Amino acid sequence: MFVDFFNELLNGRLIGLKCLDCGTVTCPPKSTCDNCRGRNLERVELSGYGRVVSYTVTYVAPMGYEKEVPYVVALVELDEGPWIVGRLDVDVEKAERENLIGRRVRVYGKEFQGEMFYPMEKRVVPMFEMV
Amino acid sequence: MVVMGVGQTEFGSHPDKSLPELFAQAFFEAFDSSNIELNEIEAIYLGNFVGEITDGSANLGGFVADEIGLSGVQAMRYESACCSSAVAFKEAYLAVKHGIYDCVLVGGVEKLKSAGTSIGTRALATALDGVYEVNTGLTFPGVFALVARLYSETYGISLEELRECMAHVSIKNHRFGAKNPKAQFYNKLGNLKVEDVLNSKMICSPLTLLDCCPMTDGASAVIVASEEFAKERIDEPIYVRGVGQSSAGSLFRQKREVVKALPRRKSSEMAYKMAGMSPKDIDVAFVHDCFTIAEIIALEAMGFFEYGEGARATAEGLTDLNGEIAVNVDGGLIGKGHPVGATGTAQIYSAVKLLRNELDFVKIDAENVMTDTLGGDFGTLVNVILSVHRR
Ligand SMILES: [Zn+2]
Repeated sequence: MFVDFFNELLNGRLIGLKCLDCGTVTCPPKSTCDNCRGRNLERVELSGYGRVVSYTVTYVAPMGYEKEVPYVVALVELDEGPWIVGRLDVDVEKAERENLIGRRVRVYGKEFQGEMFYPMEKRVVPMFEMV
Repeated sequence: MVVMGVGQTEFGSHPDKSLPELFAQAFFEAFDSSNIELNEIEAIYLGNFVGEITDGSANLGGFVADEIGLSGVQAMRYESACCSSAVAFKEAYLAVKHGIYDCVLVGGVEKLKSAGTSIGTRALATALDGVYEVNTGLTFPGVFALVARLYSETYGISLEELRECMAHVSIKNHRFGAKNPKAQFYNKLGNLKVEDVLNSKMICSPLTLLDCCPMTDGASAVIVASEEFAKERIDEPIYVRGVGQSSAGSLFRQKREVVKALPRRKSSEMAYKMAGMSPKDIDVAFVHDCFTIAEIIALEAMGFFEYGEGARATAEGLTDLNGEIAVNVDGGLIGKGHPVGATGTAQIYSAVKLLRNELDFVKIDAENVMTDTLGGDFGTLVNVILSVHRR
């Protein structure tokens, strides 16, 4: 399921699961509905739009990510309801200077170098582009 | 169930000791103050988070048992990130309460300082969602930085004001840590000012180095037993009055509720109910201050302050000695250090020592003490209430 999610993200599609019982969209996908725990789920494509709810500029990275610092990790609330984690595609100085919470973003996928513990050969990160 | 002897190594740097060797140091202190025979220990519940990454060593139960002379005894490793030994303590509680064992050893050991910051940070990140969070380069300072901004937005406290409130957590906990001979920062950083915290190195904005607990090597151990077993052997049993545990999924699935730490509310309510107590019955709390903001949200979820009021309460000194609730008077994770898998039973160590009036560096008349241990981004929560009173 997660491999499909990231491969589709690289193809420009944000995939989630819509619950046929309660209508909730769960994204990224999970084996049960995030709201009612049901298993009656249908694969759907989300709009890819949302807004920033929190973010942090990371200066000290884990092993395997050091070359990427500083980078901005963000939590985004998608228009369909789910929250996802990714990276905000923004100048670090701007992220420190301005309050970017509430800004509209569009999600796309970007491939980064793999690392020893990650369970996919390629490491795909949801990127948030400000719109 | 009661706690008999307790032990803790000095927290800091122990590159010269293997994980079993380091644990043995904590065990000996606990054993020597329990007035029991070695063969009376029926099982070992050991917390360890990332021995396979830091020391290339997993399956620690047997190695630890053999190191302390107990080869053959049932020995189990528990892994729940920073909550590992707290979960081990809860499991031991279940076994003793239900009469399966009369006397067992619980503890934890970790060597994150010796692993170095880069490996240590990656090892800690294994407690995040393994596919949907870790890939972004999110770290634990990063998680709590996200939570800090959410706290600021949710409760309408400006980030500037919140950062000052958070600085007071660091100032207080370092002040206690500097007095604790077993703390990583013993005799250090005891006199911080708000500006020192705000101006120290930025790790994950808005959290600076002094908003974060350090990487730590260390071990802790406690001997627990049935009341019947303990009463013939020690004079000051500490009663385990309440134990609660809860869980949650990935950070992003918790959405805005993350600032309310709902699994912690659930586990602390379980503990209060079992103990027949409420937050106002607790004299001292040892809470999971892995980061300054973490202490603030812990105190709110445990019911010591209303949601959104913990930050200002901290800045006003209500979490200090003579405040409403004395918090982390052993230095907490920030001042004492955070050897992840050993932290839960290290909090129990401080709680028991305090209740016995054996913490030389801080004297408080306490009858009921509560611990709070968090694993991951609210994935695992354990709360324990300890008391000098049987009921
Ligand atoms: Zn549903």
